[in-house]
Amino acid sequence: MPKKDNIKKVLVIGSGPIVIGQAAEFDYAGTQACLSLKEEGIEVVLVNNNPATIMTDERIADRVYMEPLTAESIEQIIKKETPDGVIGTLGGQTGLNLTVELYEKGIFNKYGVEVLGTAVEGIQKGEDREKFRKLMMDIGEPVPDSTIVQSIEEGLTFTQSTGYPVIIRPAYTLGGAGGGFAENDQEFEQVLRRGLSLSPINQVLVEQSIKGWKEVEYEVMRDGNDTCTIVCNMENMDAVGVHTGDSIVVAPSQTLTDEQYHILRDSSLKVIRALGVIGGCNIQFALHPHTNEYAIIEVNPRVSRSSALASKATGYPIAKIAAKCAIGYHLDEIINPITANTFASFEPALDYIVVKLPRFPFDKFPEGDRSLGTQMKATGEVMAIDRSFEGALNKAIRSLEMNVYSMNHHLVDSMTDDQLLKELAEPTDLRLFVIAKALKRGMSLDTVKEVTNIHGWFLKKIKMILECESELASYTWNHVPDSLFIKAKKMNMGDRWIASLFGVTEQTVRQKQKSLGIKRGFKQVDTCAAEFDAVTPYYYATYHGSDEVTSTQTKKILVIGSGPIRIGQGVEFDYCSVHAAQAVQKYGYEAVVMNNNPETVSTDYTVADRLYFEPLAVEDILAVAQKEQVEGVLVQFGGQTAINVAEQLENEGIKVLGTSLSAIDCVEDREKFYRLLHDNEIPHIPGKTVKGIDELKEAAESLGFPVMIRPSYVIGGQSMFVCKNHDELKRNVEQFILSENERGWPLLVDRFIPGVECEMDVISDGESILVPGIFEHVEKAGVHSGDSTAYFPPINIGENTKKVMMEYAETLASVLPVRGIMNIQFVVNEDTVYVLEVNPRASRTVPIMSKVTGVPMIEWATRVQLGENIPKPLTGLLGEPSYFTVKAPVFSAGKLPDVDHVLGPEMKSTGETLGLGATKEAALSKVFGQRVHKPQPLLFCSITDQRKKDALFFIQACSNMGFSIAGTKGTARFLNENNVSCIAVVDEELREWWKKHQPDTVLNIPTVGRRKERSGFTIREMAITYDVPCFTALESFNAWLDTLNETKKNVEPKSVQEWISKTTLKMG
Amino acid sequence: MTKGYLHLNTGHVFEGDMIGADCGQTGEVVFTTSMTGYQETLTDPSYAGQVLTFCYPMIGNYGLHDTASESVKPFVKGVVTGELWDEDDKLKSFLSSWGIPGLSGIDTRALVKTIRQYDTVIGVISAEANVSNTWETEGSLTLMQRTTVTHPKTYGNGTTHIVMVDFGYKKSILEALVKRGCFVTVVPFSYSFKQVERLKPDGIVLSNGPGDPKALAPYFTQLKKITEKWPTLGICLGNQLIALAFGGETKKQLNGHRGSNHPVKDLQSGKVMITSQNHGYVIADEGLPLGFNVTYVNVNDKTIEGIKHKSLPIESVQFHPEAHPGPSDTDYVFDQFIAQVATGGNVYA
Repeated sequence: MPKKDNIKKVLVIGSGPIVIGQAAEFDYAGTQACLSLKEEGIEVVLVNNNPATIMTDERIADRVYMEPLTAESIEQIIKKETPDGVIGTLGGQTGLNLTVELYEKGIFNKYGVEVLGTAVEGIQKGEDREKFRKLMMDIGEPVPDSTIVQSIEEGLTFTQSTGYPVIIRPAYTLGGAGGGFAENDQEFEQVLRRGLSLSPINQVLVEQSIKGWKEVEYEVMRDGNDTCTIVCNMENMDAVGVHTGDSIVVAPSQTLTDEQYHILRDSSLKVIRALGVIGGCNIQFALHPHTNEYAIIEVNPRVSRSSALASKATGYPIAKIAAKCAIGYHLDEIINPITANTFASFEPALDYIVVKLPRFPFDKFPEGDRSLGTQMKATGEVMAIDRSFEGALNKAIRSLEMNVYSMNHHLVDSMTDDQLLKELAEPTDLRLFVIAKALKRGMSLDTVKEVTNIHGWFLKKIKMILECESELASYTWNHVPDSLFIKAKKMNMGDRWIASLFGVTEQTVRQKQKSLGIKRGFKQVDTCAAEFDAVTPYYYATYHGSDEVTSTQTKKILVIGSGPIRIGQGVEFDYCSVHAAQAVQKYGYEAVVMNNNPETVSTDYTVADRLYFEPLAVEDILAVAQKEQVEGVLVQFGGQTAINVAEQLENEGIKVLGTSLSAIDCVEDREKFYRLLHDNEIPHIPGKTVKGIDELKEAAESLGFPVMIRPSYVIGGQSMFVCKNHDELKRNVEQFILSENERGWPLLVDRFIPGVECEMDVISDGESILVPGIFEHVEKAGVHSGDSTAYFPPINIGENTKKVMMEYAETLASVLPVRGIMNIQFVVNEDTVYVLEVNPRASRTVPIMSKVTGVPMIEWATRVQLGENIPKPLTGLLGEPSYFTVKAPVFSAGKLPDVDHVLGPEMKSTGETLGLGATKEAALSKVFGQRVHKPQPLLFCSITDQRKKDALFFIQACSNMGFSIAGTKGTARFLNENNVSCIAVVDEELREWWKKHQPDTVLNIPTVGRRKERSGFTIREMAITYDVPCFTALESFNAWLDTLNETKKNVEPKSVQEWISKTTLKMG
Repeated sequence: MTKGYLHLNTGHVFEGDMIGADCGQTGEVVFTTSMTGYQETLTDPSYAGQVLTFCYPMIGNYGLHDTASESVKPFVKGVVTGELWDEDDKLKSFLSSWGIPGLSGIDTRALVKTIRQYDTVIGVISAEANVSNTWETEGSLTLMQRTTVTHPKTYGNGTTHIVMVDFGYKKSILEALVKRGCFVTVVPFSYSFKQVERLKPDGIVLSNGPGDPKALAPYFTQLKKITEKWPTLGICLGNQLIALAFGGETKKQLNGHRGSNHPVKDLQSGKVMITSQNHGYVIADEGLPLGFNVTYVNVNDKTIEGIKHKSLPIESVQFHPEAHPGPSDTDYVFDQFIAQVATGGNVYA
């Protein structure tokens, strides 16, 4: 059936800010789907308040609403836009939940909006545990038995009928804390009792355990004519028990027989038909390790992280096709864009293997609970393609950018055999390295297999890599047999790792390859295993076979992507990479894009002229650059990833475009940087570089406490600490040594100067600069810019100060000199403007500033790097818009137990949200989330002694607004003494008190952060557990207070296009 | 590991590691895109006479299983793989024991892209780097004589009696019938109408098999007579034979369809099903026999995937509804056939 004629305008609901479990994959899916609808002539209205995405670009949707993702706000948009249809299956769980909520509230009905794609009844059947169970029983598909219990007796009644083992999951605990497995009544009672007491609502889910079974996923498509196809199946290397987002995953399945593959395929089709899904659906199975018995774990009737992975693994654009199905097309009417001559109603055949590795944030949070379970903890992932598992695994490892280039990890080196065994049984993010260490120590494959439940095929392959590695290490470089060296390269062992085994340089290793005539071949991803000709320029490299990729004569520029999403390097850099590729194309070059992140828009094969899905290590970039004979490489857009390899690339003879390496070095090497500032009379914060602990102590002493310390090459303030005294200094450095390896030293130590922090992104051609705007941070210096709430235009900065900042920016741009884009951070203390740091690359704020000013910043940054100069009328600081933009950080605190989410110099947020408004307060009110509607809301406070006086005013204000106040003992005493009535809660009773009197807001200004034994840590943890807004800086609390009166006003939502059209910037 | 070579009549040579038997025979080099089911594929008699290439680069990952073979022995002339995962050398011994050579360590993608350019590529696996070869292959009839049963054999204990005329049947077809309560007699394809009649069948299945259907021209008359008399289901080669027996035309395809992901459209429901396929010949577009309708077409290349007689209970499909390897989306073809048999073929309009 062709497209539905009555659908002319469609509302797409996005997934909002990035949090763990809901990341860039929805930018990819959403972007693809919006474009897919637009190419059908449909007017697309998008609501998504994540400003870092491509999806929220003006050109992706006709109207982009960066408005709060709440039913109320979406209703306003529906009322205004009156769309004919809505698609809610593209915005992750957020989009799905909102769709169900709006449907249940009758809002779609009220405004005559048709839910496109899967019907809400189908979504509910897939999402509601009981409805799903019933449906599965009706169609005869097995699901593990489960029940919700509120008492030990209820629990025992359940296990008496189902037997053991069972899994116990307390409701609403942090990261699923307090859950566990039980094999018998005694264990069960113990775990259940703990779970019930930990659950804020005294509720626990008890489920038959299928732990240890194989976990397998199927990505299924279905159209309105009931045609169903499987895009891809995926096998988790980790057995059931580890969240699939945290699992090592291969595609297609490797250890399933044809019979098993098709038993699960048949079941998938049965389920998707029963749910009536139209579009894409993900189904997760547990398969018994030795029989054909299986159970359905979960169904996601929407696009998902797995569907993004499946799309990249096969080339089949699930979201694009799902959007077409939603507006009426049948799969056999949609051309397969990869081959251009077959149709979407087919199942891709792969002739390679894909390995996905999760990227965890524990390099930043060594104190966090690293155990893996049913709560996802990874912030991102990498994917690698090769023609062998060994090759793909090795490529994936070096794609992680964890300073790890093999399966050897310094954190597992010192583990005892017993510790290793424990880590094998209770996996953490380090398990791959633990497995390797165990095998190297001589633990038998059978033992590892038995303890981990990982299939022997994977373990044997891992062992083969390790054996090859130790065989290599048994030779000296000059005596390595050619055959052994070739074997190692066929396993795609990295040059860097091989070099380190012998203490030679990477160049030496590459030289040997050359002399032996070993070359990687590039192959195409074509959905059909070469059965048909394919037109898609989507490639990967392998040492298993010849090079089939032919290049073109057009001049090419290589854009290096930003790798896996991690804290400090998020989807904003993918935004930059995509825009860079588009700019390159616009100016007559072919864009060659390299990246390894399957979640992103940049790895959509329609973005680049030629996409290489490859690691971003020097050897891989070099191979592609040489293969494509690129004119130059753009390194400023992929976050720190590309900057880190720039020097080596240049040494290898690759032309690095833009700012020279010496200039980059000048801003990244603190001593050189301070000298530069000093020479140009730009104030900087006094600081020193230290190489050891003793030097550090001396420096702190001479600079005077408080001091800020950090490593010299950092991403997102990794391992940054503010220390108020020697004790804190000692403790933080110990923690730092634990989490970093030798690359962290030397450390930088600065005098800590509080003040108003500002930042700007500067586009420079080496002479003139273009600055679209300045962001002012709400929180004082000392809070990482990524975790700050920020205003644009600034509020507390005068014209003079702005002028000074611009002067400094111009000076820096010309003396360095900078060609391209850089980010400058300032702190204003009294009347002095200090330059805090310069990042010689695009920053987190670029997408936001581009969107709210309409200035195509990355396009300009690319143009100057390609040789153009900024035309005179565009130079300088642009005029400020009449409306306000507020960006606020979003944290994944609930997913990361034991990580203290107090604001500080180390970045912790995973995403950001945007608010636009005619006033600062209106904009702020959009980022502060749910409002309190109670007549007498409750504020809980705990304030460090040093800040009690400062806090008094704000708490008083809160009290005047009708809040009741409670607080810890000292805080309560202080407040009561100062005529603010406050209920005192002693530390020991905190948890119990909280259960009974849930506060609506928490203000907690800590003495020190990141210390578990402190009561402040408990308070913040409770706030996260109970999902209560918790402010740890007075400035953000104040900003929140400002918005409290704002919420009652009803303002018509405005799209970005409307906001921008109102402004009179210099550039159109 | 001994080096081995795949020599093609196109002049191309692919070097890999020898597995299985030392010395190979010449055959058509074909490829399958199935990612699972290597054992089923190896033992599918329709591959008789062919050198089989697996597109998926890693073969053998999950071992060999007693129940997975589609016939008692492999009929291929050789096997070409990328990486061979072969614990305890089971797969190698399996091939050796049947005198079949193979190569591992081949860039099968490059090989497939080479084969794809030609109508038919003949090749031979050898331990020698240079061979002289006339590139002559075994005739289709010879192949079928090898893959068919020599004597009738019976299976199942149901009440519906199906006679399967065997050109090299896959075990899964037999199982699909037995599972549905059939008593099945498998007979050599040389069985005459009289011989079949004596068995008093309720329905006929013309099985899959290797080679060019036209090689069976001498049997067309009797096949037509048989299918006209009893409700008939033709599968793969059986489908082509029905077309030819009724005066239609078949042709060789450029690369054939071999894999588990072939979409076919049921022209009645408009639904698309994913099917398992293995054929190099097809009913020509202009070769639809008189009195037949097209029931299924391939979504990708629009070739005929199934036909049905307008008045007689004769239906046939080019794909493999019995799956193994591959999906069983079209399993219902057997149900329809059994229902047809139950009515004695009288419900056709």
